[in-house]
This record gives sequence, C-alpha cells and structure tokens, in this order.
Amino acid sequence: MALPRAGGRKRLAGGSRLADCSAIAVSLAENPRRMPTSSLISYAHVGKTFDGGRGANRVVAVDDVSLDVAEGEFLAVVGGSGSGKTTLLRLANRLIDADEGHITVEGEDVRNVDPIGLRRRIGYVFQSGGLFPHLSVAGNIGITPKLLGWPADEIAARVDELVDLVRLDRAQHRDRLPHELSGGQRQRVGVARALAAKPRIVLMDEPFGALDPLTRDALGDDYRELHRRLGLTTVMITHDMTEAMLLADRIAIMRGGRLLAQGTPAELSDSSDAYVGELLRTPRRQAERLGALLPRDGAA
Amino acid sequence: MNLFADPRWSEALGHLPDYLGNHVRVSVTALALGLAVSLPLAIAARNRRVLRGALLGLASIVQTVPGLALLALFYPLLLALAAVSLSWFGFGFSAFGFLPAVLALALYSMLPVLRNTITGLQGVDAAILEAAQGVGMTPLQSLFTVELPLALPVMMAGIRTAAVWVIGTATLSTPIGQTSLGNYIFAGLQTQNWVFVLFGCLSAAVLALTVDQLLALIENGLRNRSRMRATFGGAGIAVLVAATLVPAMTRSQTTYIIGAKTFAEQYVLSALMAQRLRAAGLSASSREGLGSNVIFGALAANDIDVYVDYSGTLWANQFQRSDIRPRQEVLNELKTMLAKQNITLLGELGFENAYALVMPRKRAEQLGIRSIADLAPHAAGMSMAADYEFFSRPEWAGLKKAYGLSFRAQRQMQPDFMYAAAASGEVDVIAGYTSDGLIAKYDLVVLADPRHAIPPYDAMVLLAPRRAGDAALRAALQPLLGKIDIAVMREANLRAAGNDATSSPDAVAKWLWEKIGTK
Ligand SMILES: Nc1ncnc2c1ncn2[C@@H]1O[C@H](COP(=O)(O)OP(=O)(O)OP(=O)(O)O)[C@@H](O)[C@H]1O
Ligand SMILES: [Mg+2]
Repeated sequence: MALPRAGGRKRLAGGSRLADCSAIAVSLAENPRRMPTSSLISYAHVGKTFDGGRGANRVVAVDDVSLDVAEGEFLAVVGGSGSGKTTLLRLANRLIDADEGHITVEGEDVRNVDPIGLRRRIGYVFQSGGLFPHLSVAGNIGITPKLLGWPADEIAARVDELVDLVRLDRAQHRDRLPHELSGGQRQRVGVARALAAKPRIVLMDEPFGALDPLTRDALGDDYRELHRRLGLTTVMITHDMTEAMLLADRIAIMRGGRLLAQGTPAELSDSSDAYVGELLRTPRRQAERLGALLPRDGAA
Repeated sequence: MNLFADPRWSEALGHLPDYLGNHVRVSVTALALGLAVSLPLAIAARNRRVLRGALLGLASIVQTVPGLALLALFYPLLLALAAVSLSWFGFGFSAFGFLPAVLALALYSMLPVLRNTITGLQGVDAAILEAAQGVGMTPLQSLFTVELPLALPVMMAGIRTAAVWVIGTATLSTPIGQTSLGNYIFAGLQTQNWVFVLFGCLSAAVLALTVDQLLALIENGLRNRSRMRATFGGAGIAVLVAATLVPAMTRSQTTYIIGAKTFAEQYVLSALMAQRLRAAGLSASSREGLGSNVIFGALAANDIDVYVDYSGTLWANQFQRSDIRPRQEVLNELKTMLAKQNITLLGELGFENAYALVMPRKRAEQLGIRSIADLAPHAAGMSMAADYEFFSRPEWAGLKKAYGLSFRAQRQMQPDFMYAAAASGEVDVIAGYTSDGLIAKYDLVVLADPRHAIPPYDAMVLLAPRRAGDAALRAALQPLLGKIDIAVMREANLRAAGNDATSSPDAVAKWLWEKIGTK
C-alpha cells in the first residue's frame, strides 16, 4: 500500500490500523458480497429522489446503491459536492426514508423499527456541527442519554468521561456554550455527543471539515483510536481522499447519486474507472512529492 | 400655586386601589387567556402554511378594529350568548364588565404573540432542527427543549408588546362596565377634571412600563439561565396580581352599585345617590362612565342596582317608540313597561334633561328665531353639531320630519366642546341638553318645540329587579325625588364643568344636597 508517511506518531497509529484492515480484507475475501451476520448496516438497491421545488426537475440524490458495512469496520464515503453522500447517511437513521430498496441496521429493516429509538442507538455527527446553541457543552453531550432517561449522576459521569475522551478540558470547557468554543473544539463536542449513549454505530458527516490540517490530523487519529478501542462501526463522509485513505478500512466512492466503487485503497487503485483513478491520483502525487521533499522523514 | 397641592390629586389617589386593582386584574386575565390561546395556535400553525396565513390575517383584522369598538361589540354579543345559554342550559352569566373586557382584550393581544411566536419558531436553523431529530428527540421534545428556547427572545418581544397594548387598551373598558384606570380618563374628560385625566394616563403608563420591565427580567433570566432573575420577574408579576386581589377580597358583598353614564350630570347624580346611601348606613360604590346602551341592560341583569335615566331616552331607545305622547302618559306607560322587566321606576327627580336645539342668543334675536319652526327656513344655510348619538336617535328623525329641517352640514362632537363651538360661531346650532349649565354660561338660548317633536326627558331613578323590595334603598333615595328642579341642576352641572377642586362630582353633589335639603 502506497500510504504517505506523515510522521512517527501517525506511523504507529497507522500500523495498528493496517492490521485491522487486513483482517477485514481477509474476511471480505472469505464471504464476498453477502455477510448476513457480520454486516451491521446494509443498503440494497436504495434510491432516493427529491422534489426539486417549484417547477424544477426532480433530483435523484441516491440511485440504486447497494453497500454493506461490516461490524467493526471504518468506512469512508468520498465524492464530490452533491453526489448524495449526506443523503445516503441520513437514510440509515431515518432522518429521511428511502423511495426504493431496503436498508437494514443491526439486521432489521429500518422501516420496521421506531425511528426515535433507532436514532438514539446510532451516533450521528452533523456536517454543520449541529450543536444546540443554547445548551452548554455538557448539555449537548448528555442530550441522548437524557432522552433515554439515564439518571442524572450517570449522565454527568458519562459527560466527564467523554470530555476527557475527546481531549477537552473538564474545568474549562464543560459549561461553556458552543459559541464560546473554537471550531475544532466544537467538532470534538459533536463527536462526543455522538458517542454519549454508547452506540455501536457512528455516522459522521464531514466531522473534521473546516479545520487546520494539524488539528484535523490529530482529531482524525484520535477518532480512529476511539473507533478501535470501543469496537465501533463507523461510516464517515469526507471530501478528502487522503483523509479517507489514512483513516478508513474501506472507501466507497459516490458520484451523481451512484456508488461508483468500493474497497480498500489497494482494491480501488486497481479500478479501471477514470473518476476513481483521478481521485486516487491526488494522494499519490502528494505522497510522491512529500517523499521527495522530506527524504529523511521519520529519522529526524 | 403648587400643582400637586390640588386636592384632586389626593382624591384621585383614593380611587387608585380600586381602579388599579381592577385594571391589573382585567389586563392580566386577558393576557393570560390571550397567551393560552395564541401560543398553542402559533405552535400548531408553524408548519402549516394555510393555517398560518389564516391566523395572522384574522389577527391583523382584529387589530384594525379600534379598541373601543371591539370592546363595545363584545357586550351585545355576550348579552345574546347569555340569553341563549339561559334558555338552553338554564344558566346565564353577566355580559357586563369583566367578561366582555377580558374577551375583547385577549383577542386584541393575539396578533403580536401569534406573529412573533411563528416568526421565532421559523427562525430556528434547519440544521439545528435536524440535529434535534438526529439525537433522537420526538417532535414534542424538539419543540420544548430546542425550538421554544431558541425562539424565546422573539416570542417574549411579542408578549411584551401584547402586554403593553392590553394595559393601554384596558382603559377603554370603562364604558362596558369594567372599572379600570380608564375611569379617571372618562370621568376627567366629562367633568373637565384634567388632574384625573393626567392621573389616569400616567398610572396606565407606569403600569405598562412596570409589567414590560418585569417581563424583560423574566426573559433575561430565561435566556441567561439565571434562575434568580426569572424568579424575580415572575415574583414581581405575582405580587402585582396578588396586591390587586386584596381589595377585591376585602370588599363587602352587600355593596349597592350605582351606575352612571358618561356625562357630568350623571357623575354628579350618582355621587349624590352614593352619599345618600352612605348617610343611611348602606355601603355604596359607583360604576361610572357606562355607555348609554350598556347601562340599561346592566340594571336589568342586576349588574348595577340603581341609576338615573331619562323618560325620553327609554321611550325611544329601549322601547323603540316614536310616537309623541304627553308627559304623564309617557311616565305611566314607562312604569308598566319597566315593571314587565321587573325594573322599578322609583320616581322622578324633578327636572328634565331633554335634547333641545340651542343657538347663541344674539344670533337668534337678529334672525328673529324663537322656536324650531322659526329656524327651519334658515337651516339650509346653517351647520349643526350634536353628540355622538343624536343623529342616529329617533328624536332627530322626528324633528326633521316635524319641521322639515335640513342643515348644510352636520358634525359630531364631544358634548363639552359643543357649547363653546356654538358660542364661537364655529357651528350655528347644536343639539344641547336642557339641564346643561353651559347654556347660561355661553349666553345661548333654547329654541321652543311647538310641535312637541322631542319627547319629554324626565330624570328618573330606576332600581334593579333584585332591589325591587328593598325598603332601605327606597328610603335613602326618597328625599331626592321631585326635589331637583332645572335651575338647580343647571347650576350643579355648571359647577361640575369647572376646573378646580370644588368641581368634583362629590363636591358638587354635596353642594346639591345642601341646596335641596334646605328647601
Ligand atoms: N431535502 C432536500 N430537498 C431537495 N433536494 C435535496 C435535499 N437534500 C439533498 N438534496 C439534493 O440531493 C443531492 C445530493 O445531496 P447531498 O446532501 O446528499 O450531497 P452531498 O454529497 O452530501 O454534498 P456535500 O458534499 O456538498 O455535502 C443534491 O443535488 C441536493 O441538492
Ligand atoms: Mg453533505
């Protein structure tokens, strides 16, 4: 695998991940295409069309997508703006309902489960952050446990645990309002909120967008570590192919509502699709350039 | 002289617990009712375009109806409803005072609350709404934990506007029988008591500002999650309401309520009757400034106990009679007609307060006009003014018919300004009142009515059905009957129109009693 080497710390994290990754690759190879027991989220020929509004054409946001996400897997969804990534994610916890096809989560067709309960079981990080501006950091993080009726002291303990987990400072940040935080801190709160009710599945819509590269890298690594440690199943949307390759086990590529390709970075690099090739070219070129520019990286 | 040395300030202050208490009660009840209706409606309408449009449209239309008219409209409406409820369900309710005032004011308060609540809820970011859904909130949880708190500042602005409007408009509920700070204003305007007018306006403004600030404190507390400030504001409002309930609780239930219409003579006569009742050891309170259509219904429904009306007014307005009969016949017939409604005609006071056509003495002499018949040929070149009712009353129709009157222009005026307008030549003829002291003051003359087109207007005391057999009440009022002649009443009215301490209805009533008591 031609992964760029960004630094020592990264290499360590990357190493452990590569092990997971190959394990899954093996399991994939063993049960190709059907994994009724180990697949936690599965889309089968799913379609979603939106009313374009006054007089406009109907928008086919998701078009005949079939995709399985295995238990413990970290899947990245990559694609251009408007390619249907967010729509795909919203279908999974029934923020919207599919027009065609079936979606199962934890083995159950989502249409047969109570959407409220489903959403409380799935952590969701919103593209725009989506923190409640009138609630403190603690109030935001503790919201789903509160909805689930946890006792107050358990919620408080869980909030503290999560504040630590996403590396915020209890004393400083716990009682601030979202607008009193930096962008990166807000995104950490968003991740903490998604994890609060101990979900098995986490859906993240560009969770690390709009951040400086260093913070973004650190947050990504942190999350990757959480994912591993907590045994989560994660679907993360990103625009950034490099980020996808660094963090995810597998990558799904969307274009115009269709699922163009999916697989490990190695599998994708074998793809004959021109668009996939183009997407992969950027990280590869970056890696080559960096390799040339920083010949003794890692030894320093 | 120090402006505040005027004893009328202390008299005004004496009324404050009663007027302010009633004012706060009616305003707060109306506001609470308005909120209880508008908030759920606004919440229900926020995602329904048609309902939203309909509600906002309806509320805007209500807003364009002048406050006074809206209040006045609720009285007959409730009167009809009360009658229906009595015949269908066997229980009636009072359409007088509190209920119509509360309903009209509540309706009036709805627009700002509806508009701001809908705007505030719609202003919540769609991304936040999706997040609320995404973390697993039910629509109701989303409404209460996310949408309403975020819309709160805009909603509170609407509630504060509504509070200020309601408190201001409540001053107009006096004519439908709800005591309010408007009592100062109506009485002050009628009796030229500017101290009262000023006092009424000031106290209403202070009340409005106080409530507005308390609401601001609550809003501030809620927004900054400062429980102390919110509690403080809430407690302030609670104290205000509680303080106004105390006088209502302690007021004795056996009080005789004396009604008065909206002009000086009525204020004086109700003060006189109140003094007589108190002298006889009965407790009495007045309900002043009542509309002339409201007051009779209020008496019939036992909402007030006693008031003075005029035979011609009852004849034409209450019993819809347009035939002109001799005075005694009118009185006799009225007595039997009133008895059918269980109302007691206790007796006449001794003077008439009839409508009469009045013009400056000099002009009348120049033109050789002594009666309405003499006036008729000149009328086409003249303008005429009257109070707000006259031109729609049957007397006017009768006059026009009897004398073939047709004026160049007709204007409606506040009765107190009418006489001055005639004296200054701004209008040529006015429909004045025969007992008005201003006729002499401005050197005006009353034109004779040789064809008896205007019915007799004997002032007479009426008792409510529940007081029919009340010997103590009858005995207390008996000394007034037949004792007040037109000259005394004119002088009393002239005094009441003065603008000093001796011109309060109470003071004039005392003077009047001395005058007739010694005769
Ligand atoms: N609620 C909606 N109503 C109408 N059209 C919608 C709606 N949601 C999404 N769309 C349309 O569906 C298409 C896919 O949108 P989606 O949000 O899934 O894109 P995306 O891949 O997440 O884009 P981005 O990377 O910019 O977030 C777009 O053309 C979008 O305009
Ligand atoms: Mg998106």
